[in-house]
Amino acid sequence: MSKVPVEMILNGEERAEFIDSGITLLKFLRDKINDFTAKAGCLQGTCGACTVLVDVVPRLSCITLADDCGGRAVETVAGLAKDGQLHPLQRAFADHFATQCGFCTPGMLMAAKALLDANCYPNRAEVEDALSGNICRCTGYEPILRAVLSAARSNAPDQPAPQGVQ
Amino acid sequence: MDINKNYFSDERGEDFKEIGQPRQRADTFGHVKGATQFYADRNVAGLLHLCMVRSPHHHARILRIDTSAAQRHPGVKQIITAKDVPHNVYTVLNLINFGPEVEPVLAFDKVRWRGEPVVAVIADRERSAQEGAALVRVDYEELPAVFDVEEALKAGAPLVNEYHGQNYYRYDSGESRKVKLGDVETALREADYILEERYDSSPIEHAPLETTGCIVVPDQNNRLICYTGTQAIFFTLDNASIILGMPPHRLHFVGGTAGGGFGGKVDCTVEPITLLAAMLTGRPVAFIYNRYEEMQISSPRAAERIYLKDGVMKDGRIVARQVRLYVDSGAYSRHSPYGTQKAAAHFPGPYTIPNVQIDCYCVYTNRTPSSAMRGFGVTIADFALEVQMDKLARLVGIDPLEFRFINAYRDGDMKAHHQLTEGAALIECMQEASVWANWPVDPRVLRMSSRERRTG
Amino acid sequence: MAKKRGRGVAAVNYPTGMNLGGDPTQALVHATTTGNFVVSLSSVDLGQGMKSIIAQICAETLGVPAERVIIDTADSDTGPHCMGTFASRGTHRIGNAVIAAAKEARGVLMEVAADLLEADPADLRTDGMGNVHVVGAPGVSVSVTDVALAAHFQKGRSIAGRGMFFIPRSFPSPTDGAMKPSTCYAHACAVTEVEVDTETGEVDVLSLKCVYEVGRALNPKIVEQQLVGGAWMAMSHALYETTEPYYPARDHGPADFNEYLMPGFGNLPKVEIRIIERPAPDGPYGAKGLGEMCANVPIPAIANAVFDAIGVRIDSLPLSPEKILRALQAGGDDTHRNS
Repeated sequence: MSKVPVEMILNGEERAEFIDSGITLLKFLRDKINDFTAKAGCLQGTCGACTVLVDVVPRLSCITLADDCGGRAVETVAGLAKDGQLHPLQRAFADHFATQCGFCTPGMLMAAKALLDANCYPNRAEVEDALSGNICRCTGYEPILRAVLSAARSNAPDQPAPQGVQ
Repeated sequence: MDINKNYFSDERGEDFKEIGQPRQRADTFGHVKGATQFYADRNVAGLLHLCMVRSPHHHARILRIDTSAAQRHPGVKQIITAKDVPHNVYTVLNLINFGPEVEPVLAFDKVRWRGEPVVAVIADRERSAQEGAALVRVDYEELPAVFDVEEALKAGAPLVNEYHGQNYYRYDSGESRKVKLGDVETALREADYILEERYDSSPIEHAPLETTGCIVVPDQNNRLICYTGTQAIFFTLDNASIILGMPPHRLHFVGGTAGGGFGGKVDCTVEPITLLAAMLTGRPVAFIYNRYEEMQISSPRAAERIYLKDGVMKDGRIVARQVRLYVDSGAYSRHSPYGTQKAAAHFPGPYTIPNVQIDCYCVYTNRTPSSAMRGFGVTIADFALEVQMDKLARLVGIDPLEFRFINAYRDGDMKAHHQLTEGAALIECMQEASVWANWPVDPRVLRMSSRERRTG
Repeated sequence: MAKKRGRGVAAVNYPTGMNLGGDPTQALVHATTTGNFVVSLSSVDLGQGMKSIIAQICAETLGVPAERVIIDTADSDTGPHCMGTFASRGTHRIGNAVIAAAKEARGVLMEVAADLLEADPADLRTDGMGNVHVVGAPGVSVSVTDVALAAHFQKGRSIAGRGMFFIPRSFPSPTDGAMKPSTCYAHACAVTEVEVDTETGEVDVLSLKCVYEVGRALNPKIVEQQLVGGAWMAMSHALYETTEPYYPARDHGPADFNEYLMPGFGNLPKVEIRIIERPAPDGPYGAKGLGEMCANVPIPAIANAVFDAIGVRIDSLPLSPEKILRALQAGGDDTHRNS
């Protein structure tokens, strides 16, 4: 297997590495960068645990080639907190008890971030749709929904609570 | 979520500082930062990868294992077969004297389920390990297989497991774990109505988001560190020690948070073989189930078949309950003899029935061995029991919720397994549900109490 | 095509701990020099929040705030033996072991504090905020931090404790099954409303109201997490999940999440939980195990609701759309057809 160079902007910083051609973005993040935030749940693109953002779009990193991310901006959970301050989504997940084992959490956070970056005030159905590719086995999903809607509300505190919040 | 403290208020103290506080979870910040460490969240220099060669047949004799092509494959460092495993035939519950030893770490003379491990191939990359595994050649002679629990118990059925000698776990009570209270036959004859029903379930998977696996690293003190997602550190360590013929103090088990357990990570199926691989190669080894293995290879909840025969009176009292349970343990025991026994302790449900007979069978078939899962021994029993209660209520013409009140257990009542009921609260749960969910019942049952024996 | 609604109820109990007992857990508690407390365990947190609960239990027993408690667990070298995290045993067994260890540690803490305050240990109280003071004289006090420093560097005392919780194993009688499976049981009653689409066989669980009796809700938010998560898993179990859809035939077993169906974000019922408490005499502050029961009780409630909706019984799990359609076609009891 030949080594190829790949350069990307990872969580705001330029990274350049030599990688085995054909490795996935997930493997690149975990094995090369030591960024373990993205998780391997299925390695088939069916569970969402590996979700990261590539040029603001949520991608399943287990079925994305690292090569294809050359020149792109990649975001993982490792880059969410800024200057020691948690991202509003991270704080909302903590406050709403939206984590149990924590394995699905990074994927959920990145899918939710993509949503809120594109649509800062989604309704419940829009959140359901945006996260529908992420499986959770522990929480029963409702606390995660509430956390994301709450983080959205904190962007626009004067708005009334969206429909569908129970 | 409300807490209604009006029930049992004289049994509760209230003067706590920390207890009852909705404190934020200590681990949530690690979770939201993605910093919580799971067993696979580490990079280890020189890591080797284990890929398992598995049986494609439900039941077959092994005629020949040829690993020569695999040995020559670039990147393959070690191949392990049954002869390399110091104590190959084991059973997890031997630790609590629930033998016999019936399950090979690696199959040698026959395979008993589709997916059973036969050869472990260890290589420097995942891909090389998979390619090496594909080059292992095993010649089988297929045998007739049995898949139905009642078929498995019939004379002439294929024998699944020679270490047992029959297709059921032999308890000291015989073919089943037996519980007997009163005289079920007489009570059934004297009952106003009889209801005889059958209930079934099929196996289900824990499907945790993090798959089963471990990474073993030899350390500088001639010990082996096993990073694992197990739910039971010492249980797994002790079983590994037996299988490896190695003193337990040479093993160092480190868990993290398990990425979902639900009972699916108590079987010790990955740690012993990975430890052996690390011992033989002197290098770190990872064995991580892929999603197919997690789905069809890792143990599921047992399928169960339950026959309930009840005698009930016109006034709603159940006077007799006869239970026959068949637990499909699959090809090996794992935790099923324990789980089947737990079911025997759980029947006939939280109801006071004076005549009970329970027979719970732990049966072997040629399928993926089943094991513990959330609600072990109880979940399927509750499905059968509570659907049966619904049917009984409709049979005698009483509201289903009210019918449960009539039969609910109370403090001091004798249970089927000859213990007195203590701390009962079924009645109060149902009272609260009746009012809150607006399910009207006769006002008399709303005045019942678990602390008062049933009159009449 | 019709959508039919139905209502169902179920009531259950659940034993706490490994069946028949015989499952020990040990815990060690020690103070750091500055009055934090480390609990050493080998127990594994699966996400159910064991570490948080144990910190609260330890803090309550010691009389200090929970943030002073550090849980160090899941290492066989540093943690004493624990049978494992299963059978709804965690809170009960680990909690009780930690209480015993914390009591011993607290005893030493109070002796050292008494020495510093020149009082009798029996006259001292912790205020739950990090201080020890004389009863009736809150001004006469010393911080736990200072007590720990003094213990280490002046008094030569180890503020530490050991705890072991063990229920001796019960053996069933071979003849009549007399046995002691558990020392305490939790209870539940669930009422559910479903809607069945008679054309597709799909079931929508509209609402689920569950009453749980849990002994004592040590942390109501963590309790709620378990009960809501369990309700979802129960619904999934009742309606979709199986590795062998044509059991006992092994055909068409799902290989991955594409084929192993579970409800997602768009399938959630309105889940409401209510708690009542009947403290267990041998539970840590009365707590019973609840992590498994919550995934049990909704299942038969849903099955009963489906019957109420469509008038036919499906007595085999899961109540898949295929089974429901076949039962409707057969027009009667379809007790155990899988194909």
